[in-house]
This record gives sequence, C-alpha cells and structure tokens, in this order.
Amino acid sequence: MQHTSTQDTLVGLFVASGILGLFFLAMQVSNLSSFVNEDSYTITARFENSGGLKVKSPVSAAGVKIGRVTAISFDPKTYESVVKMSINSKYNTIPDDTTASIFTAGLLGEQYVNLDAGGSDTPLKNNGKIEITQSAIILEKALGQFLFKSAAEEKK
Amino acid sequence: MDNRVTTQNSLVSVRNLSFSRGTTKIFDNISLDFERGKITAIMGPSGTGKTTLLKLIGGQLFPDQGTITVDGKNVHQLKRAELYDLRKRLGMLFQSGALLTDMNVYDNVAFPLREHTHLPESMIRSLVLMKLQAVGLRGARNLMPNELSGGMARRIALARAIALDPMMILYDEPFTGQDPISMGVLVHLIKSLNTTLGLTSIIVSHDVHDTSAIADYIYVLSGGKIVGQGTPKEIQQSESEWVQQFMTGAADGPVHFHYPAKDYIDDLLSSGKRY
Amino acid sequence: MTSFLEYLGQSTRISFTKLGRASYFLVQILAGLLSLITRPRLLLKQLYSVGVLSFLIITISGLFVGMVLSLQGYYTLSDFGAEETLGVMVAASLVRELGPVVSGLLFAGRAGSALTAEIGLMKATEQLSGMEMMAVDPIRRIITPRFLAGLISMPLLAALFSAVGIIGGQMVGCGLLGVDEGAFWSQMQAGIDFRDDIINGVIKSLVFGFVSSWIALFEGYDAIPTSEGVSRATTRTVVNSAFSILGLDFILTALMFGEH
Repeated sequence: MQHTSTQDTLVGLFVASGILGLFFLAMQVSNLSSFVNEDSYTITARFENSGGLKVKSPVSAAGVKIGRVTAISFDPKTYESVVKMSINSKYNTIPDDTTASIFTAGLLGEQYVNLDAGGSDTPLKNNGKIEITQSAIILEKALGQFLFKSAAEEKK
Repeated sequence: MDNRVTTQNSLVSVRNLSFSRGTTKIFDNISLDFERGKITAIMGPSGTGKTTLLKLIGGQLFPDQGTITVDGKNVHQLKRAELYDLRKRLGMLFQSGALLTDMNVYDNVAFPLREHTHLPESMIRSLVLMKLQAVGLRGARNLMPNELSGGMARRIALARAIALDPMMILYDEPFTGQDPISMGVLVHLIKSLNTTLGLTSIIVSHDVHDTSAIADYIYVLSGGKIVGQGTPKEIQQSESEWVQQFMTGAADGPVHFHYPAKDYIDDLLSSGKRY
Repeated sequence: MTSFLEYLGQSTRISFTKLGRASYFLVQILAGLLSLITRPRLLLKQLYSVGVLSFLIITISGLFVGMVLSLQGYYTLSDFGAEETLGVMVAASLVRELGPVVSGLLFAGRAGSALTAEIGLMKATEQLSGMEMMAVDPIRRIITPRFLAGLISMPLLAALFSAVGIIGGQMVGCGLLGVDEGAFWSQMQAGIDFRDDIINGVIKSLVFGFVSSWIALFEGYDAIPTSEGVSRATTRTVVNSAFSILGLDFILTALMFGEH
C-alpha cells in the first residue's frame, strides 16, 4: 500500500468535487438562493376567478418579483378563490388599497399575481387583505366575447 | 484397527459423522481421532470429501449427524463469537494458498495480526519477519501474490497460518501440483513446524509417498467410509487390497474405487454364478 | 402444459429463495455498518475504487449528455420561440431524471460489475473462505465497506453528472446557439425547485446507489465459484441493476412528482 497518500488525496478531491456539484445545483441551478434568510409576511386576496394560477406562482409588483403564491383555496360561501401570498419582508410598504390582478406572462406563459400600488399611506401588514382584485383573463371567455361582439356588429 | 488413540489424547475427535451433499453421501457414519502434537493424515482418492472434512472441523459446514469436538468443544454448538475464538487458534492452509490478492506478502502475513491484535506496528513487523523467516521467504515480503510461484504462495500462506501461533494447522492438499524441490521444502516445513512449535497437524492429501514420510497416523477414506487406518508402516502392510492399490499406485487391483475390495470380490463372484 | 407450470413454479421458488438469501445478506451488511466507524481506512480504499475510478466516465458522459440535450432542446424550443426556457429544460431533465438514472446505469456498468467480479473471484480463489477460517468475517471486512462506498459515491456522482451536464448545456446553448446567458440561468432558477427537484434527485440517486451496490455485492458473493460462474454473475449484475434502476425510477417519479 505504497500509494496510500495519493489515494487519500484523490478520494478527498472526489468527495469535495461531488459536494461542490451538489452546492452548484442548489445555489446556481435551483431557486434555493432566493430562499436563503428570507423573512416574509402573508397577505390574502380574493378573486372571482384565479384561472391557471398555481401554488408557487410568482407575485410581482412593477414587473419585479417580490413573493410567491403559497395557497389557493375555494371559499364555498362567497364562491370566490382565496389566494394566499407570501411577500418578502423587504417590501413592507405596499399600500392597503393596492390592486391585485392575475396576468399571463406572454400569450401562453404562466400566470402570476401583479400588484398595482394604490395611494394609501397605511401599508399592508401580516395577514392583511387586498380588497380590490381583478380576475384572471380566461382566454376562451375573452375570445367568445370578442367573437360575439363582432358578430353582433356585423348584423347591424 | 485395534490401536486406536484414546479420546483423552486427541485434540479433535469426530464421532459418527454423516454428511451428504444433495443425494451423494460424502461421509457415512465415520469416527476419527486426531492426537495432540502429532501429524495425522487423511488420504483417499479425489472426490472423497477430504476438504469437506476440514471445513466441517473449521465449522464452515454443518454435519447431518454426529459431532466434531475440537479441544473439548463441540464445534457446531458454539455461538458465533466462540466459534471465531476457536478459529483464531486454528490455522488452515488452503490448496490455492488463498492469499488476499490486493495486498503484498508482508500485509498478507500481517493480516491476522492486524485483525485480531492491537499490537504496535513495530511488533507486528518483527512477528511478520519471524514468520517469513521460518518459511524462508523473508526476502519476498514486497512481492504481490500474483508474482509468486505456487510453492511460494503456499509457504506464504503457511507463514500466515502460523502468525497467531495456533494450536493446530489443517493442511488441504499441501503437495498437489508442486515440483519436487518445493514439495521437499513443504514436507520439511510441515515436519519442522510440528516439532518446533508443538502443533497438531491434520494433512489432507492423496500424495502417498511424501505424506507417509511425515505422518504419525493415517486414515484412508473411500466412499464415505474409513477403509484403513494405522501408522504409515501398518498401512503399507495392510491386507486390504484397496489400500494396497492406493498406497502403491498400482494400475491393477480393485479399480472400483467407490467400494471396499471385499464387496467388489463378492460382486465378481456372484456375477460369475449368474452367467 | 404441466411442464410449463412446473417450470413456472420452479423458477418462482428459485427466485424467492434467492431473494431470501439476498435479504439476509443485506441484513448482515447493515449489521456491520456500525463497526466500520472504527476502521475508516477500509472505507477510504473502497471510495477510491468505487468513486474516484468512476469519476471520469461520469463527468465525460454528463458533459456530452448536457450538450446533446441543449442542442436537441434548442431545435424544438426555437420552433415555439421559447429558446430562453432552454435552461429549465436542460436542468430539469438532468436533475430529475438523467442525472440519477444515467449515472446509476454507468455506475452499475463501471463499479458494479467490477465489484461482482472482484468478490466472485475472491470466492473462487478461497479468499473469503480463508478469511472465515482466520476468524475474520468477510462480510464485515470485505462487503460492508464496499457497500457503504457505493452508497456514498452514487449521490456525489449523480450530482457531478448533473452539474457538468448543465455546464455543458450552457456552453452549447449560450456559446454556440446564442441563447441569452442571463435568460438561460434566470429561467432555470425560476423553474427548478430545490426541494422538489434537487432533493428528490438526490434521493433517487441514493436509492439507486443502495440497490445497485446491493445487487453487485450479492451477485459476487452468491456466484458459483468458477470462471463461468463469475462471468455470469457479472452479467446478471449489470442486467439486474439496470432493470431495478429503471423500474424504481418509474415508481419514485410517480411518488415524487405525481402530486402536482
């Protein structure tokens, strides 16, 4: 066993490079880096229709991602969709009269919640509620309305 | 047949042993004794289960019937830890040597010492060199097993077998496939180890000449039974035709190896009547 | 018909007794794990022959798989004008599937077959039996360190495979095909979840390492101690490991990714 020390070094290098690979996957490839040390608070919004919104869909304001959707549930009394969002604590000045809308990124992209800041001076707190919402645009519905409208116009 | 050794003197005693592999009966109710400090040989043609007997003594196989006692302990009723303790006091020389191929000669001989003792490396070194000196291969300590000739490999294996100073060594076909010189070396080694270390030796072999030169007592096995036993002299003068043929290697004789001579003659006579 | 039924029954019985032996073997291996702590050198030596010696084949294969994925993905995605999602596509396929599965298959071929042949030959040359007679338990001394080395090496190798593959994909995608580098990485980070994708990939590779080391060592230990027996056992190791890895991959994927 004369090559023991080179063997040890190679094993050490192998284990180190494997761990480096895992680290690379965690920090560079996945979204772990955006989770690190992240304090957040939760707000809720009620939508008439939340469309294709999913858990973990992004929440953005002015095009910048500030949080993500954590839960979507159906309220059987009001027939509304209740969307819970977790917002990064850095952004703690969002006014309480902000409008939440569900938009689609591009024509076929994923859906996300967009927050349009209002003018109020009181910011949203943890477990705060957004009162003004705009539902997802359902493509079939919009197309149907458009076709119906143009058909009606043609009849005139 | 009458000068059987007494039980008190024997280190290993086999009583009414039966063992079969599949439907073949390898041992059929045999009893053997191996005396302390003596070289006892078990002889017989290939395929009579001589190696199996060694594995039974070492507790690697379990008998169908009968008991094997080594140093007063029934091998097959020992707990695992007790069996391992017993094995530390047994050395076994395999036919192939069974050296560990991923270590050199030195590490092979040091292997049992490192596994079973907590000796400092300097003491292990002295012990290993002493054992290698005993088999005359101290100069070969840095060779790998694949660089050794068959005879050298067996001598290294012997050095390893005596590394823990055992009370008994089991030799599995130590002379097979050896040239006359290494054969002579091995014969000399087995004999001298036995006398200098006071070992008990069991040799399994079909080599008549060299085995009878060093053995104190010989059992001849065939067809799962003992067909002859005694000192080498007694065996050579045995009246059994079968034993005679085996000892002299004569081509003419009771060729039907699987049955003792008497039955064979009966068989011949009875068949003579029929036709 | 009867002979077919007889054959069926017989092979069922044989596979069940083999499964029983393999399970008992596994129990013995696991029982030896604790005593290995006192002898780290045994493990280190095996990490070398199982892990370090597989390093090259794993990284090179990973690089090429990532490059090909990127190339193929680009041609398909550019039809939809979605080249920016190339990063997610490459990373997701590598981290979730190809990393654990392909490196598992390569591991079985490179390290598993070597383990079977080594153990089988040790059995054939009476080394295992000799060890037993020297009062050394061959399972603890020989088998357990190799098993643990396989278990440790496999996730590391799979992670290396994926990491190198993603870098290869990035090289081809951004360097050769002109996908925007920022989009490549940011889309990837948005699309790959640490817990759902990375951790599940690591779990997969652990399971594959466990199974293929177990199969390789058992086939070697159970081999008929002749040259033909060892060669057959080596073949069985590769075939059985491949089947187990692919079958388990399906089950694990269904369990892990089926909920969303």
